[in-house]
Amino acid sequence: MKLVNPKDKTKLDDLAGGSQAGTPARKQSPLVRMAKLFARFKWHLKLLIVFACLMIPLVVTSNYAMRIIIYIGLYIVLALGLNVVMGFTGLLNIGHAAFYAVGAYTTAILMVNYGMSFWLTIPVGMFFGVLLGIILGFPTLRVRDDYLAIVTLGFGQIVYITANNWMGLTRGPRGIPGIPAPRLGFSDFQIVLESYPAYYYLILLFVFITIYACVRIRDSRVGLAWMAIREDEDVAAVMGINLVYYKTMAFGFSAALGALAGSFFAVFQSFVSPNSFTILESVIIITIPILGGLGSIPGTIIGAIIMIGGPELFRAASEYRMVIMGAFMVAMMIVRPQGLFGKKLYQPTYKI
Amino acid sequence: MFWQQMVNALNLGAMYSLLAIGYTMVYGIIKLINFAHGEIFMCGAFFTWWFMTSFAVPFPIAALMGIMLSTVLGIGVERIAYRPLRNAPRFAVIISVLGMSIFLQNMARIIWGAESQTFEVDFDVAPIIIGNVVIPIKKAFILATSFVLMFFLGLYVKKTYIGKAMRATAADPEAAEMMGININAVIVLTFAIGSAMGAVAGILFAINYNSIDPFMGFNAGLKAFTAAVLGGIGNIYGAMIGGILLGLFEGIGAGYISSMYRDAFAFGVLILVLIFRPEGLLGEIGKSKRQDKTR
Repeated sequence: MKLVNPKDKTKLDDLAGGSQAGTPARKQSPLVRMAKLFARFKWHLKLLIVFACLMIPLVVTSNYAMRIIIYIGLYIVLALGLNVVMGFTGLLNIGHAAFYAVGAYTTAILMVNYGMSFWLTIPVGMFFGVLLGIILGFPTLRVRDDYLAIVTLGFGQIVYITANNWMGLTRGPRGIPGIPAPRLGFSDFQIVLESYPAYYYLILLFVFITIYACVRIRDSRVGLAWMAIREDEDVAAVMGINLVYYKTMAFGFSAALGALAGSFFAVFQSFVSPNSFTILESVIIITIPILGGLGSIPGTIIGAIIMIGGPELFRAASEYRMVIMGAFMVAMMIVRPQGLFGKKLYQPTYKI
Repeated sequence: MFWQQMVNALNLGAMYSLLAIGYTMVYGIIKLINFAHGEIFMCGAFFTWWFMTSFAVPFPIAALMGIMLSTVLGIGVERIAYRPLRNAPRFAVIISVLGMSIFLQNMARIIWGAESQTFEVDFDVAPIIIGNVVIPIKKAFILATSFVLMFFLGLYVKKTYIGKAMRATAADPEAAEMMGININAVIVLTFAIGSAMGAVAGILFAINYNSIDPFMGFNAGLKAFTAAVLGGIGNIYGAMIGGILLGLFEGIGAGYISSMYRDAFAFGVLILVLIFRPEGLLGEIGKSKRQDKTR
């Protein structure tokens, strides 16, 4: 005979007590519902989106528009990488451009000085990026919150200064010009990827790899551990999560994606100089996931489209472009502080 | 030679200290970095320069007007970028203030032009010479102004009733509110004092280097924030000591090791300090932890 416990039938929400007791059920915003709907899309709808992305070069003919679309893709990779550290693990990183710079310089130096193939420089760049990420990840155990922000900021600045002053390796402010275009194929049968559509398909491939990697790692045990650390570090440690291991891993993963974007940037621009990796670059990258909603992958993609594509709309008023962007950032945060696709936070961060 | 380097380093350090005070006061009360502070610093110098060149106002009056305008600007930043976001997640506030900073910087660029302007103040007094160390009168003026201001600010926070209210708010805003302190007024006052100090630092910076440009706020602000963290953020004396130490590190590093890596040197010292003493030199351990749990 099976005993039925009447308590089993009560739902968790009916129980009085707990920190959220008595609060009325919150209505989700249409944007969040849209994002959830997107996540439950059947595979053929996703395929449709992939096809739509593949079609873009056939529809868009202007080189200028193509260039901006490629930049949007580049920033999607960068922002998704940062999202791993900020959105999943909850660590502030204002130095993401450092990883970007390492990837770009590795590719540039290996291709120009040693004649290596572009495809081989990617893993090397990612290796150096991960190495740097691990070095940066170590202090994170001792340093928290805003202190972490300033450590990462200082770190990004040190990488920039080094790139600017290490004449022997990086040629300093003069930069490294003449990075060859990537080649595909064997010795006699080679395609040189140098047209805009070719670069577009290359970055599209990187974007899909990045999205796939992010989704898979988010749903794995590692992702769960990261989110536990984000919600409460001390509780996570008590539950047996190795903080050093997982935080370092988050930084390493993020750095690898940053370096990947950097490698692409080097061949796309065919020129790298320290000016591309200033602190403003880090600030722009940081804005994207926050604008889209921290931890949300579709949000980050939409955020990149807004942040990189948006200013181009005001190209005519180029003088006021940055002013409009600044005002937009302020207004956006006042209207929707959790970002476009972010979930509403229950607790106010601080009360005054 | 060594003492000459020391004078320069101390001079730089005093300016960093003044600027760092603005960061540390705001951080102490609302626990957020004010990224727009560097822009207030820049605007202080630009307003003064603007009054001096466009309206031919003598330097002391122009400086006072510049400081006043920057103070109003600082209060405006609080009103627009901070107050509507009191209960928002922390990252949101950081973005809104970064947006404010980009806005102000580019506004200044549009109004006053992107190229650097000369900022000339003639003191017309012979330099002070001690032994073989030459102290130009402008450096003496910078040192004196900063130390006097810091001394009076220290007294103000320590001795007056309003200073006490500020310290109470920094320690525990909720409890302070229960004791009848008008928190909003304290926050506005903090922003006002911080901005005024920042504007003074900007003017002194302009006097020292004789040139101003709309992008000068970012790097100086970064250094000053570093100084505030070095001394223990939230602690006014920490900011003063941190600024002077940072100036000395930079001066010695640039003078004896390599002038190209002077910024890297400052940040390297900062990272080492944070790893081995995360709360800064004068900070207390409890203060570095935030009370909230969301992000």
